[in-house]
Amino acid sequence: MRQPVGTWLNGIVDDQSSSPPAIEFDGVTYRHPNGPLVLDDFSLAIGRGDTLALVGRSGMGKTTILKLINRLLLPNSGLVKVEGRTTSSWDAIHLRRRIGYVLQEVGLFPHMSIARNVAVVPHLEGWPQEQITRRVDELLNLVGLDPAVFRSRYPRELSGGQRQRVGVARALAVDPPILLMDEPFGSLDPLTRAEMHQEFHRIQSQVRKTIVCVTHDMGEAFALGTKLGVLAKGRLAALAPPAEIIHSDDPEVKVFLDALPKVEIRENTKQTK
Amino acid sequence: MTPQPPASSPQPLSSIFMRLIEFWLNHGSEFLSAILRHLALVAASVGVAVVIGVPLGVLAYRRPRLGSPLIGLANVVQTIPSLAMFGFLIPIPLIGGLGAKAALIVLILYALLPVMRTTVSGLKGIDPSIREAGLAMGMTDWQLLSQVELPLARPAILAGVRVATVVGVGTATIAGVIGAGGLGEYILRGLSSVDSIVILAGAVPAAVLALIADFALGWLEKWSEPGRQRNRRLQTGAVVLAGIAALALLIGGLLWSERSQGRIVVGSKNFTEQVILGEIMAQLIERSTSLKVQRRLNLGDTLVCETAMRAGDLDLYVEYTGTALTAIFKQPVILNSDEVKARVAASYAATGRTMLPPLGFNNTYVILVRGDDARRLGLRTISDVAKYTPGWRVGFGAAFLDREDGYRGLVSAYGLRFAETPRAMDLSLTYLALAERQVDVISGDATNGLIAKLDLFALEDDRHYFPPYHAVPVIRTETLNRHPELKIIFDRLAGVITNQEMQQMNYEADVERRDVSAIARGFFERHPQSHQPITSPQ
Ligand SMILES: Nc1ncnc2c1ncn2[C@@H]1O[C@H](COP(=O)(O)OP(=O)(O)O)[C@@H](O)[C@H]1O
Ligand SMILES: [Mg+2]
Repeated sequence: MRQPVGTWLNGIVDDQSSSPPAIEFDGVTYRHPNGPLVLDDFSLAIGRGDTLALVGRSGMGKTTILKLINRLLLPNSGLVKVEGRTTSSWDAIHLRRRIGYVLQEVGLFPHMSIARNVAVVPHLEGWPQEQITRRVDELLNLVGLDPAVFRSRYPRELSGGQRQRVGVARALAVDPPILLMDEPFGSLDPLTRAEMHQEFHRIQSQVRKTIVCVTHDMGEAFALGTKLGVLAKGRLAALAPPAEIIHSDDPEVKVFLDALPKVEIRENTKQTK
Repeated sequence: MTPQPPASSPQPLSSIFMRLIEFWLNHGSEFLSAILRHLALVAASVGVAVVIGVPLGVLAYRRPRLGSPLIGLANVVQTIPSLAMFGFLIPIPLIGGLGAKAALIVLILYALLPVMRTTVSGLKGIDPSIREAGLAMGMTDWQLLSQVELPLARPAILAGVRVATVVGVGTATIAGVIGAGGLGEYILRGLSSVDSIVILAGAVPAAVLALIADFALGWLEKWSEPGRQRNRRLQTGAVVLAGIAALALLIGGLLWSERSQGRIVVGSKNFTEQVILGEIMAQLIERSTSLKVQRRLNLGDTLVCETAMRAGDLDLYVEYTGTALTAIFKQPVILNSDEVKARVAASYAATGRTMLPPLGFNNTYVILVRGDDARRLGLRTISDVAKYTPGWRVGFGAAFLDREDGYRGLVSAYGLRFAETPRAMDLSLTYLALAERQVDVISGDATNGLIAKLDLFALEDDRHYFPPYHAVPVIRTETLNRHPELKIIFDRLAGVITNQEMQQMNYEADVERRDVSAIARGFFERHPQSHQPITSPQ
């Protein structure tokens, strides 16, 4: 696989009816080894080009869902399918290189410069050096970090918010068709966050990716999601476009909507799960 | 049987320092090569330990079921005293024996644990989210290891290398007992001749080397911390290649330096008389034949020489008949010296060795009195002193007092009584104590260099209480058959060295601090007939 993933994407037509959903959960049960039952008969379908904003209380299994998608975890029962194939039938390496992942803990490599961090996947894909350099500068600009300043810095020389943006740049590096984002803008100030939302929409209008974005900010969920999923007690309490969610009379969703501000405060202070 | 010189009196530090410098200057090139050899031993062993230990550490981390027993094994190895470890290895074929190869094996075994352990702890210390990020980016196992895990564990691994190196510098000094060379050789030489200057000549540079290694590797550890800008890709590849090439060169050089193909390996135990005799035999072969000799002098004790010889790592060394009979062949003490010789010769013959003709002297225990007392009282034999001893004070070495065939047997054999219970003294002090009239009778070694110099008199053992300890060269029969000319030259040495001459040579080494090879040259000047070149019968 020497071909950058992005070129493959350009041929895609946004046609949801004839092709399978980009991501599909079908009756998935997942229990952490020696841990709680996180997902119980969980089903979900995300169409190509959709952005699912996933909200839910801390510990509800949002991160677990993302890890099931890129095969960091495999389900105990049920099927997780990506582009119509179960994740267990995918070659894990191949699958993960098609899926950009912004980790909740960011997880930058502390021994690599910012440029090298962003270039991790292009390197693995064997891109030529000039192309990598060009792409890194492009991505740093995209996430609002001046390449001249940040290129050769190391992660510990960055603030939390700057690191988070590098994490986003790293996930976008080979222009993957699927993007998983785990509270990607959590530690950004409101102004920068608004800028990032704009960038997000700009990217989406150019090349429509299938995105799952976990957030605890209801405003963010409404701003980014074409679909909004509310996770409660191992199942989806609701999955609908934002406009419909507001009018939902599902008790779980209502309770969640009411309780959300308090949860948000608690999650904000906790930083990680 | 160890001849002991007098203990040196306390000296001011500055004079010790001056003598140390003098020693180094006098032994310039030898000293330098000892340091280099020491460094080579440590560098090669730590290098191999890294090459083996890091992958084992990775294995232990990734597959704890396989790895934990490995770490446990390395832990057990670590608890074996190094001296014992060198001893264990001598009789083991291929990896064991004498010299650098066996030393490397031991040093590698000791270096493995710190390297393995720090590799595991370095890997375990990595933030799980960083590893998860690597996996999520689609890294393969190997990519994760080489691009993320090992670079992050590197400072920890280097800390392990640092420990292994510092410990290795110390352990390598002990490798001297199996003739591996290096600075340990000075320490052993100094210990065997009770010369603190020679001990320091090896110990001080070893300590300095350890400090330098500690400092240099500490600096490297800092320098390699994550987040420093370097051209990692080029560098890692180049460093690994250069490191492996250097390692191969080092090990090759070390092993090549002591190839013994076609050489006669001459050994000795670790005390002065033995080293002199080893050197005399080596020079005898070099002067009289065209054979090449490899010296492995100053090895450990009787057991080391015996095991090495049985393993084929040693061709020739001098043993004492009484020691061979009791210590090697575990037979009861026999007093008749011809019978002892016959039995020892037969036992050697049955185990693939040949006992060559005795050198002449008998390094047995002797009872010593002052020369003037002997002359004044007309003392000649031990029986003669029996009537004086009730008024005399005695000084015996602790070993002599303890042994069944030592003090107790002596007293009952001759019916001796003393003014007071004998004092256990340091053997090296008894000769001086006798000369200075603090005691009146002592036990000693027949060939000690101080006997003549302090005008002491060895009483004849007229009741033949002490077993004989005649010095006999012992050679592997296989070697003798391959080089029959050795038989001829050792026949010429038969009976040539008297007790007086051995005393004299011990004195030259222990008191005058003369070089062993010069002492051996002096011996051949006194005995020109015993080293005529012979025409090789081959
Ligand atoms: N490695 C693990 N081992 C055991 N339990 C885990 C592990 N990771 C997460 N969990 C548990 O699984 C549940 C879901 O976790 P997670 O998916 O991280 O929740 P969220 O991202 O929604 O906060 C939580 O109760 C958490 O404690
Ligand atoms: Mg989470």
